[in-house]
Amino acid sequence: MTETTETPPVAPAKVPRAAVPPRTGRGGRLPRGLTPWLFLAVPLALLITFTYVPVGNMIFYSFTDWDGVSPDRRFTGVDNYEQIFTRPELFRVFFVSFYYLAASAVQIAIALYFATVLSFDLRFRNLFKGILFFPYLINGVAIGFVFLYFFQDGGTLDSVLSWFGAGSGHAWLGDPASANTSLAGVSVWRFTGLNFVLFLGAIQSIPAELYEAAQLDGATRRQQFRHIIAPSIRPVISLSVILAISGSLAVFEIPYIMTGGATGTTTFVIQTVKLAFQFNKTGLASAAAVVLLLIILLITWIQRRLVPDEKVDLV
Amino acid sequence: MTTPMPARRRIAPALTYLSLIVASLVVLVPLAVVLLTSLKTSEEVSDGGPLSLPGDWLNFDNYATAFTDGKLLSAFANTAFILLFSITGTVLIGSMTAYAVDRFDFRAKKPVMALFLIATLVPGVTTQVATFQVVNGFGLFNSIWAPVMLYMGTDIVSIYIFLQFIRGIPVSLDEAARLDGANSLTIYWKIILPLLKPAIATVVIIKGITVYNDFYIPFLYMPSEELGTISTALFRFKGPFGAHWEHISAGTILVIVPTLLVFLFLQRYIYNGFARGATK
Repeated sequence: MTETTETPPVAPAKVPRAAVPPRTGRGGRLPRGLTPWLFLAVPLALLITFTYVPVGNMIFYSFTDWDGVSPDRRFTGVDNYEQIFTRPELFRVFFVSFYYLAASAVQIAIALYFATVLSFDLRFRNLFKGILFFPYLINGVAIGFVFLYFFQDGGTLDSVLSWFGAGSGHAWLGDPASANTSLAGVSVWRFTGLNFVLFLGAIQSIPAELYEAAQLDGATRRQQFRHIIAPSIRPVISLSVILAISGSLAVFEIPYIMTGGATGTTTFVIQTVKLAFQFNKTGLASAAAVVLLLIILLITWIQRRLVPDEKVDLV
Repeated sequence: MTTPMPARRRIAPALTYLSLIVASLVVLVPLAVVLLTSLKTSEEVSDGGPLSLPGDWLNFDNYATAFTDGKLLSAFANTAFILLFSITGTVLIGSMTAYAVDRFDFRAKKPVMALFLIATLVPGVTTQVATFQVVNGFGLFNSIWAPVMLYMGTDIVSIYIFLQFIRGIPVSLDEAARLDGANSLTIYWKIILPLLKPAIATVVIIKGITVYNDFYIPFLYMPSEELGTISTALFRFKGPFGAHWEHISAGTILVIVPTLLVFLFLQRYIYNGFARGATK
């Protein structure tokens, strides 16, 4: 480590040059205390410009009736927040999240099953791994088109179902319940691979001796899963759950591309984008975004509480 | 050994393979159908079912139409431009931050780290309304630099990846170089950066895939047609091609193929990269 001696806590952090005696000799080198700022200036400027300034502004806009363009904005207090929670057509979008939340549960279960299965020796293991993971890498718009075609009237899904004798001709994207289920299904198709790879990585980092010992003791696969695999990958599962919950609230791409939010498939983010960029209700959209942000922060906080993260050693 | 054991031993693996095959079909069938459709003529698409086979397996007309009418060439060029600048920027910013935070002791270190840490909790989609105003204020709206700046400026995951790797590089290397008269910039450039190659590979892969596939940012910030990226250019197929599924399918396949090639060549690194990136 570098050896900056403890300086009395006078001027906190702002002008480190004053705190550290300038180095002499060796051709005009920068004073020691300034060097880290040389490396941090650009990253910090970008971080503040594109994360903290927007968050601050957003909170400010949320208390106004600004339309995003005109120079005058009126301070309206908590009126925007009141609207979000009292106008059913604005609040409804939260219920759409439940479809995606249910889908995430399915997704995590499927991923866990295949990660366990494929961490043991199997023929064509790498091929199966590749096939299961690949959807995660595909462009979202491409996936949207693939499944628009898939769910079409008399499309792939109907054709496959008719082989099994199920009646064809269902308008999958035609009514709210089946449209949301179909879209949530697409999200399972797309994201299972990511959970799968995360679980697989965690399972493979379990030392092999543990399995050998368990096998010597006559443990079955099921017991091995319960007593070795499940506890070892708990942190990754907890991370996946938190990503699933915040992800379910922030769904945008697939429903926007496939239905444009029609037939009751508008999600929270689609609505916010529409409010802000189509109806010029920047104030209201900001309030909605603040609500979403608060919900996600709350969930993250609860998760940190329930499953303390052992490795928060960031500094 | 009791009698049911051997039977169970044969059934269990069979079921395992069956589940794997079913899952693979679920992944592959929707993609295969789009591939089939992209090779059909428009009559074949309207007459036959989605699972019927194309009459001519080498019918690439739809690809030509999608490529030229869909302006995919300029879309690939724009995406390549954004990729080049945002990835270079992300690598430099991430490694510089990690170097400064890991190798120097300064009093503002904890607050600075906290700034980066807290930012991970703010999902990008929630602040987009206000971010838009900032980008607009800089006059970057409808400019190819808007996504470049946003991809560079809001990537905290890569900073963590670099931080993890840089901790593994012995400080004695820095000190030896310092004794030889190297200054911090030289140490960063000549010693740290080359040793960070594995981390750079990880960041390039994760960032590359994210940027290539992103729809949201180019869609919001670059609405003009000549600034289409592959996502937004493909999205525009919805309009002019309407229900011409043979053209839409061809465009879709054209967008997927580069991903597939990269995946096939870099499989191992991609798995590792994602396992490392997401668990930070």
